[in-house]
Amino acid sequence: MSTPLLSVENLSVAYKEAERYARVTHDVSFSVEPGEVVALVGESGSGKTTTAQAVIGLLPENGRIEHGAIRLNGEDIAHWTGKRFDAIRGRQISLIPQDPTSSLNPVKTIGAQVGEILRIHGERDGKAIAARVIELLARVGLSDPELRARQYPHELSGGMKQRVLIAIAIALKPQLIIADEPTSALDVTVQRRILDLIDELRRDTGTAVLLVTHDLGVAADRADRIVVLQGGRIQETGAARQLLAAPQSAYARQLLADAPSLSAGTRAARSPYPAAVIPASEDAILVENLVHDFQIDGRKNFRAVDDISFAVRRGTTHAIVGESGSGKTTTVRDVVGFGRPTSGRISIAGTDIASLKGDALRQFRQKIQLVYQNPFSSLDPRQTVFSIVEEPLRNFGRLDAAARADKVNALLERVGLPEALRQRRPRALSGGQRQRVAIARALVLDPEVVVLDEAVSALDVTVQAQILKLLDELQRERGLTYLFVSHDLAVVRQISDTVSVLQNGRQVETGPVAEVFRNPQSPYTRELIDAIPGQRSHANV
Amino acid sequence: MSRYIIGRIGQALLVLWIAFTASFLLLQALPGDAILIKFQNPELGLGPEQIAALRDAYGVDSPLWQQYLQALGNFLTGNFGYSVVGSVPVAHELLTNLPATARLASLGFTLAVIIALGLAFLATLAPFAWLRTAIQSIPSLFVSLPVFWLGIMLIQIFSFRLKWISVINPGEFEGLILPVITLAIPISAPLAQILIRNIDEVSTQPFVAVARAKGASPSWVLWRHVVKNALLPTLTIAGILFGELLAGAVITETVFGLNGIGGLTERSVRFQDTSVIQAIVVFSALCFVAVNLIVDLLYPVFDPRLRRLKGAPA
Repeated sequence: MSTPLLSVENLSVAYKEAERYARVTHDVSFSVEPGEVVALVGESGSGKTTTAQAVIGLLPENGRIEHGAIRLNGEDIAHWTGKRFDAIRGRQISLIPQDPTSSLNPVKTIGAQVGEILRIHGERDGKAIAARVIELLARVGLSDPELRARQYPHELSGGMKQRVLIAIAIALKPQLIIADEPTSALDVTVQRRILDLIDELRRDTGTAVLLVTHDLGVAADRADRIVVLQGGRIQETGAARQLLAAPQSAYARQLLADAPSLSAGTRAARSPYPAAVIPASEDAILVENLVHDFQIDGRKNFRAVDDISFAVRRGTTHAIVGESGSGKTTTVRDVVGFGRPTSGRISIAGTDIASLKGDALRQFRQKIQLVYQNPFSSLDPRQTVFSIVEEPLRNFGRLDAAARADKVNALLERVGLPEALRQRRPRALSGGQRQRVAIARALVLDPEVVVLDEAVSALDVTVQAQILKLLDELQRERGLTYLFVSHDLAVVRQISDTVSVLQNGRQVETGPVAEVFRNPQSPYTRELIDAIPGQRSHANV
Repeated sequence: MSRYIIGRIGQALLVLWIAFTASFLLLQALPGDAILIKFQNPELGLGPEQIAALRDAYGVDSPLWQQYLQALGNFLTGNFGYSVVGSVPVAHELLTNLPATARLASLGFTLAVIIALGLAFLATLAPFAWLRTAIQSIPSLFVSLPVFWLGIMLIQIFSFRLKWISVINPGEFEGLILPVITLAIPISAPLAQILIRNIDEVSTQPFVAVARAKGASPSWVLWRHVVKNALLPTLTIAGILFGELLAGAVITETVFGLNGIGGLTERSVRFQDTSVIQAIVVFSALCFVAVNLIVDLLYPVFDPRLRRLKGAPA
C-alpha cells in the first residue's frame, strides 16, 4: 500500500494540570487512507477529541504532544507550529465542529464567515469570493443562498448552521476533514440529513473523513474502519463491518451491547402490572385535549401545544418523543404544574391540577417529581450530595433529622452511590453519579409519577444503559409511573410501554411502543425511526 | 422600536426627577446655608433685619414643599436660579465652565480607552506567559491609585524633578497633559480588566477554534473575531464609567487648579451655594442618563442579535 493520507503513530498527549503533565492518550496509532472514513469511537474521557485536536494542531494551550508522530502524506506535522501549520489548516485539513450554535461568530454574516477561509488562504478578489460563497452555500443544500450569505448565525436553525460550517470545511477541497461529533447537538432527523450530506460531499471530492463520535450506531453507518478508544488507549481497530459483527475486545463488546441504537429489543410485557389488568381508573397521568398558547410581542398567538391527549396506566412508562419545537417541553411543564394550559384537562393520580393553587399545589408536587436532562446544572454545586437528596424532605417537614438521614442513606444506597461520596459536592461526581443523585432526589418523597426529561441524553452509552436499568428496577419495586421525554427513539424503545410522537405541537402518533415501531401511522414517525443510526449495518451484518 | 425608545426616555426622565428630588432634600437637610455664610460675616456689618430681608428675597425661609415646587418649576422652565457666591445666574456659571471640563473629560476618556485597549492586547499577545501575567496585573494597580495622589505624584515627577512640563502658566496644550493622564489612568483600569477577561472568555468559544481551523493566525483571530465580541460588554461599563469621569474631573481640576465644572463644584460645596450644586447634580445626572441611553440604543448597531425584526420570532 502507498503512503496513507494520515498516519498517527504512538501518539501520546498530556495536559498540564497543577504544574505537572498528565497523559491523556497513550501510544495511539491508526491511519486514514485517501477518501476513507475512519471513526474514532469512545466515551467522554476516552481521548478521541484530544487525538483529533492534535491532528489539526489545535490542542488547548495546556496540552502538548509528548511523543509520537502525526504524518500527513508522510510528513510529520506533530511539532509544526505557527505559520507553517496555519498554511495547511483549512487547505489540507479542515474541521466540522460539534456545536453549530456556538461555532459561528455571532456578529459576522454567514457570507463573511464562509468567505473568510478563502481570504485567509490568499484570495483577494472580492467578487470571486462572493460568487464562490454562494456556490458553496448552494452546494451544502441551503435554500436561497444569496439571502443566507447576508444573514447572521442567530437567524438560522441548528441544522442550517451546521451546513454553513460544512461549506466552510469543504471550501478548499481539503484531503482530510475532521468531523468532531458533527451531529450530536442536532435533532435526529436533521442529524441524518447532515451525515448524508457529509457522505455525499466526501464521495464527490474524494476527501477522507476522521469522524469523532460517541455513537457506535453513527460509526457503524458511516465509517469504513472504526478505532475504539477507552481511557486514552486503543482497544480495538478494524473494518467497521467486522468489528461490529465480531468485536474482539471486551470493551467493544460492552459498547455494542449498551448502544441503544444497535439493540433492537423493545421492553415487551415487562411491566409488573400488565396494562390489560389495570383498570382505566388507575391512570396515573391523564391528559385530555391539552392546548397551550404563547403570546409573542403581546399580540400574536403561538400555539405551542395543539390538542394533545394521552393516558398513562400506573406502573408503566409513557414516552413523549419530538424534536426541538415539537411542544414536548411545554407539555411537560403543564403536567408538573409549572405552566398553565390554555385549555384541556390534566389529572395526576386522580387530582385535577388546574384546581390546585397555593399550598395545595405545593403539597401536590410531592406526587410528581422531575429528573432533568443536564446532571451538571440541575444540582446545586454548593450543597453536598446528602443535603441535595435531603432537601425535599426538609421542605415538606415530614420527618425528624434521624429519620431523614436513614431515608436518604437508604435511597442513596439503592441508587448505587458509594457511601464515600455522600458528603462530597456534585463537582466531584461523574455524569452518571450525578444523575443517580438526581434520581434519588426525585424519589425521596415517594412520588407516584416521575417525569424524566431527557434524563439520559447527556450520558455516555454505557452509563446510559446502567441508568436505564436502574430506572427499570426502581419502577418495578415501587410501582412508579414514568413520563419519559426524549428525542431519541432508540432509547424510548428500550424503556417505554407506550409512546406519543409530537411534531410542531401536534400529536402525530400514539400507541404501544412495539406497535408504533412495527407499523408507524404517520410519515413523520417513520422518518424518525429511519433516522436512528446503526440500521444500515444491521441490514448488512 | 419607537415604543422601546419612548419607554427608555421615560425611564431617563424618571431618573432625572429622582436625582433632582434627592439632591434637593439632601441640600435642605444641611445646617446653615450660603446666605448665612456670605452675609453673616461681621465685616459686612449687616444687621439681623437686613439679613432677614435678604433671606426673604431668596425665599429660603418658606415651607419646604413650596421651595421644592418652586425649584422644580424653575428647573423645568430652564431657570436654574442665581449663584449666591458668584452673583451671576447659575446657567451662566455652568456654561462658562463647561467647555474646559468637556475637553478634559473627553481627552481623558479617549486616553483611558487607548490605555485599556493597549493593555488588553499586550496581555493577550505578549510573547511570554510571565509577561502576559505581569501586564494583566497592571489594571488592579491602576484601579487602586487615588486620583489626588496620582495628580500630585505626576506634578512632582514631571514638573519638579524632570522639569518636562511647567506648572506655572503652561501653554494650553501643555497644561492639559498631566490632568488628562491623571483622569485617564483610574478609568482605564476597570475597562482594561473587563476587556482582558472578555478576550479570555471569547477566545475559548468554539467559533474561535473554527476560525483557527480555517488557517487563521492568532492575531487574525484576535482582530477579526475576538475584539468585536469582547468589546460588546465593555460598552455598558464605559457608560457607567462616565460617572467616574465626572467625579474624577472634580478632583483633577482641584489638584491642578483648573477652571471647570469640577472646580465650580468644589467651590460651591465649600460655600454651600445650593442652587449651583443642585444644578450641577441635575446636569451630571442628565449627562449620565443621556450617555447610557445612547449606549443602549447603540447596542443593536454592534450586535445583530439585538436587532428586532418585524414579525419574525427569534
